[in-house]
Amino acid sequence: MTEYTEHLIKAPRRDATDKFRYVWLVIVPLIAILSQVYIPRFVSFLAYLELPLLVTVHYALSRGGPIPSLLYGMAIGLAQDSLSHQPIGMFGIVKTLVGYFAATVSVRFEVENPVVTFILSFFFYFFHQFLYWVFSRALLAEAITFDAQQTLMFGLLNAAVALPLFRVLDKLKVAQ
Amino acid sequence: MDFFLSRYRSLTVLLIVIATQLLLIAYQVKTNKDVPLIRVWAVTTVTPAEQGLELVRRYTWGFVEDYFVLLGVRSENEKLKHENGTLKIENHYLKSELSTADRAQALSVFKAQSPSTTVAARVIGNGTGANSKVVFVDRGSASGVESGMAVVTPDGIVGKVVDAYPTASLVMLMTDPTFAAGVVSQKNRVHGTLKGQGHSECLVDYVQNEEPVDVGEWFYTSGDDRIFPKGFPVGQVRAARNGKTFKEIYVAPSGMQGGVEEVLIVLEGVHQEIPEGVIASPGYKILAPPVVSGSDSPAAAGTSAAQATDADRLRQIYKQAGASQNHVFGEGTPGSKPPDFTKIPNLRGAAPAGNANPPAPAQPGVASNSPAGPAGAAAPKPAAPAVPPPNSAPNKSTTGNSAVSAKSPAPAAPGQGAPASVPKPKPQAGAVIADPGPTDGNPPSETTSAPAPKADRAAPSVPLNAGPSAPRLQTPASQQ
Repeated sequence: MTEYTEHLIKAPRRDATDKFRYVWLVIVPLIAILSQVYIPRFVSFLAYLELPLLVTVHYALSRGGPIPSLLYGMAIGLAQDSLSHQPIGMFGIVKTLVGYFAATVSVRFEVENPVVTFILSFFFYFFHQFLYWVFSRALLAEAITFDAQQTLMFGLLNAAVALPLFRVLDKLKVAQ
Repeated sequence: MDFFLSRYRSLTVLLIVIATQLLLIAYQVKTNKDVPLIRVWAVTTVTPAEQGLELVRRYTWGFVEDYFVLLGVRSENEKLKHENGTLKIENHYLKSELSTADRAQALSVFKAQSPSTTVAARVIGNGTGANSKVVFVDRGSASGVESGMAVVTPDGIVGKVVDAYPTASLVMLMTDPTFAAGVVSQKNRVHGTLKGQGHSECLVDYVQNEEPVDVGEWFYTSGDDRIFPKGFPVGQVRAARNGKTFKEIYVAPSGMQGGVEEVLIVLEGVHQEIPEGVIASPGYKILAPPVVSGSDSPAAAGTSAAQATDADRLRQIYKQAGASQNHVFGEGTPGSKPPDFTKIPNLRGAAPAGNANPPAPAQPGVASNSPAGPAGAAAPKPAAPAVPPPNSAPNKSTTGNSAVSAKSPAPAAPGQGAPASVPKPKPQAGAVIADPGPTDGNPPSETTSAPAPKADRAAPSVPLNAGPSAPRLQTPASQQ
């Protein structure tokens, strides 16, 4: 294990005093959900851009607490479910798990590193899509196929978008 | 329990949250009911923002879209303007090409009809000098062009060659101030000298004030200058008034109207007859003469309108006589036996021309079978019959006044062949024909066609001797 990888893995936990203003905790996911339901009307391929997921991951990686992160993910997921035709709870469960695990792994990684951000974003997108596919088949008995190659490709897309997005969201944090 | 919750608090919360949502999903799937509270709240929260976004987008995006549309319209407008300009240029070019083709065709037709030997040339440049009206044409001495040759178009004269180079010639236009040519008026044969004025009109000088010249009258070349053959149209009188010494007659050159681009250089000129006929004054239109119907003219019953005159009836009689003897007018060598006109049955009994009660003219196919009248019957000397060949168009002299046709050959219409007349028969005993008129079968060199200044104007052509001092003006063989 090199010094660099040790730095990435064993980085000290970020300052927990970096807090978000509460208003941004509402506005940012709202904008993300709005973007998800509104922008694909004009740019169809942006439907694969999972902004609520990226917001959840960013919050979980930044906040560091598993419980707030899973609750935050749950809220965003339920909001997504509310605007979909699926039973409420599908996205809620998935994003709850994403929030929880993202907050868990953030303890071990230097999440402000762009490479780590890119890898984690890509991983959690794949994880999110895979869990959603599992729950759809298990709970709703929907015959949905899981296209791993396509999911990987869109995972890269979301990871690429996550880098500048996290930079923007970091600006909203308030140093205390 | 407390230890478990405190140590695995986050995992516990996760499990609770997951379980709750699983129960929620199970409830929805089991009962097939929705959870309206959550959806209502979510939709109520999201949709106003969505409507606001849509409202903003509608105006902003519509504005941007209109802007880009206008940008497209502007670029499209520029493109259409450019295309329109290109099409205009192309249209102008095609019109020019068509006009050039028309002029070339007119020149070709005129060249084929004119008895004069000409060579077509194209104006390739103007001469230098502010007041000089000279142009260069693309025919020179290599093409047989010499200085002093006439330059014409089907509409009239243009000028004369002043310098001939191997590959080009310098042509002085008739509007040049130093240009002069002999001209004659059409109606009264008033002779004068055409002089260029440096502008669009020319002056006909040396015409006495007492000479009648009307506005609208045509002037033709008189051939006096030994440059232009007689009979070429010069132009129409625009203004004519008495001057101090001579009349001031201004003529609009007909050969230069619309510019000069293609011309004919007269290599060997042949004099032609100046067309007969009175030209109506500008602004007047003369209707065609009325057709005499059978009911209006009982005497002409059974005859066509073309046989309304005595000359026509006589012509028909002689034609029938020739047909009955298997003679075709216009054929046969000189000295061959002509048809026997003494066997014309009703000629002796025919009333003289102008008789108030002339007998009915011989009907086609009837006259030859009728018995001959008594020899030496009182029959006036008939007018000389002028029988044009079948392909010869009737003209004014043959259909109107037989006396005119007896003295001069029938002028040919533009674009037609030489006028023909019946062969001169040898008078026989008892024959009443003294002078049948012009002979038929004249050699082609004796008959010429005249230029056609206008399409509706017949142009008779009679080659005249220009004298020995005019080497390029061809002398007809019959008059040599």
